[in-house]
Amino acid sequence: MLEVKDLQVYYGVIQAIKGISFKVNEGEIIALIGANGAGKTTILHTVTGLISPKQGEIVYDGADLTKIPAHKIVSMGLAHVPEGRRVFSQLSVYENLLMGAFTRNDKGETMDTLQQVFKRFPRLEERRNQMAGTLSGGEQQMLAMGRALMSKPRIILMDEPSMGLSPILVEEVFDIIQSINKSGTTVLLVEQNAKKALSIAHRAYVLETGNIVLEGDAKKLMNDESVKKAYLGE
Amino acid sequence: MSFITYLINGISLGSVYSIIALGYTMVYGIAKMLNFAHGDVIMIGGYIIFTIMSTMGLNPILAVVISIILCTLLGITIEGIAYKPLRRAPSLAVLITAIGVSYLLQNIALLIFGAEAKSFTSVIPIKPISLVGGRITISGETLVTIPLCILIMTGLTIFIKKSKTGRGMIAVSEDKDAAILMGINVNKTIAITFAIGSALAAIASALMFSTYTNLSSTSGAMPGIKAFVAAVFGGIGSIPGAMIGGILLGVIEILSRAYISTQLGDAIVFLILIIVLLVKPTGILGKKIQEKV
Repeated sequence: MLEVKDLQVYYGVIQAIKGISFKVNEGEIIALIGANGAGKTTILHTVTGLISPKQGEIVYDGADLTKIPAHKIVSMGLAHVPEGRRVFSQLSVYENLLMGAFTRNDKGETMDTLQQVFKRFPRLEERRNQMAGTLSGGEQQMLAMGRALMSKPRIILMDEPSMGLSPILVEEVFDIIQSINKSGTTVLLVEQNAKKALSIAHRAYVLETGNIVLEGDAKKLMNDESVKKAYLGE
Repeated sequence: MSFITYLINGISLGSVYSIIALGYTMVYGIAKMLNFAHGDVIMIGGYIIFTIMSTMGLNPILAVVISIILCTLLGITIEGIAYKPLRRAPSLAVLITAIGVSYLLQNIALLIFGAEAKSFTSVIPIKPISLVGGRITISGETLVTIPLCILIMTGLTIFIKKSKTGRGMIAVSEDKDAAILMGINVNKTIAITFAIGSALAAIASALMFSTYTNLSSTSGAMPGIKAFVAAVFGGIGSIPGAMIGGILLGVIEILSRAYISTQLGDAIVFLILIIVLLVKPTGILGKKIQEKV
């Protein structure tokens, strides 16, 4: 459903992504793992159009996303939960969720989606009128995920969803990602927490300074000696 | 003139500053730039109304409506030609461009209308009223300006809070990239903001020149700067702040002209600004940027 071909991204003269290719099939959870600065976030930003690549194609449903304005991508069924949550702190929880449905024009169905999001994240319903800036880190992460789900995405990109969360919340977030996937949404997950990411992913790609150095079945990668040493701390 | 009359005149002048300040503060909040050409849009609006009324003899209200439409288009054009290409440029480059646009508009007006100041005819046909046995007089301009200012303020607040476009504006002002991820067209949102700001400038110009009738190519500069001061005074980026800042500024200006010194009126206004900024650098209603953990 999503295929990245020979992607090259530069920040000025520095090449951040050095010609990578990968594929996400419908229904999968794909993990991109790697150290800080490997280029994981850059890849997601390029997919959703916040950064333009120097070269390469990002094919989604037969269309090349690199040629489509960034604000039109979400309505194609591709949602992005950015690193650091990036919720709108001056808007309430409810208003943040509505922002997630900004491109939708089906009011009734949007309200159905809202109920589904509240069912998945009961905390958000409890705090529906609270300003997003006053939520805890975990709640903000839930809100960022709920906001992305409001667009009814077919594929959801998640950037470091476990960052800065307590171990219990990390568990919860990964359970939620799995359940979102089980209800039919494809997931492209970027994580520094390689162990957790590999434990829920179907397949994974290992990034090192802008290159993919390893790829394959997530369970197999978990048992790979070099992955164990470099990313799993074993 | 009694104190009450001065106060009412101050609120009236302040209301005009508020309407202009809204344009400054909205553009700053959403595009993070100071549009120094904003004051000159007021001047252009004044010339449009003057020209329509003096050469075509149209109804003043119709002239104001045409001025609003043309100023809105002017605002969108300025944004599209001068500022949009600089979206990712350093803020200093944008600031210098804005000053350039300001001089450009002034010189275009000078070229078309000449250096001689024109005398603007009031667009407000309402007669002044006398209260308390003639001790307090309220001009027709004031009678229109203050309620109109309240109406604009209320309408704008509801529009921003309740409409989809308005909420899109809040999202863009807070986090452009996150707004894009929601599917918000940032360029369109910024253009709408300039359109609203310029339409308000046109309304302000009709009100202001009806009271202060001297119209020349630099007539927009001073009220523009004062409205900018009002916006900073109230807390730049804040809509109620622009309102409060504008009205306070108008009242302070009129009262200090009346009771302290006619010549030093403007100086006192700026002195108070400096004091406010020393005590509270974010302005009266300015928000501290929330640090996200």
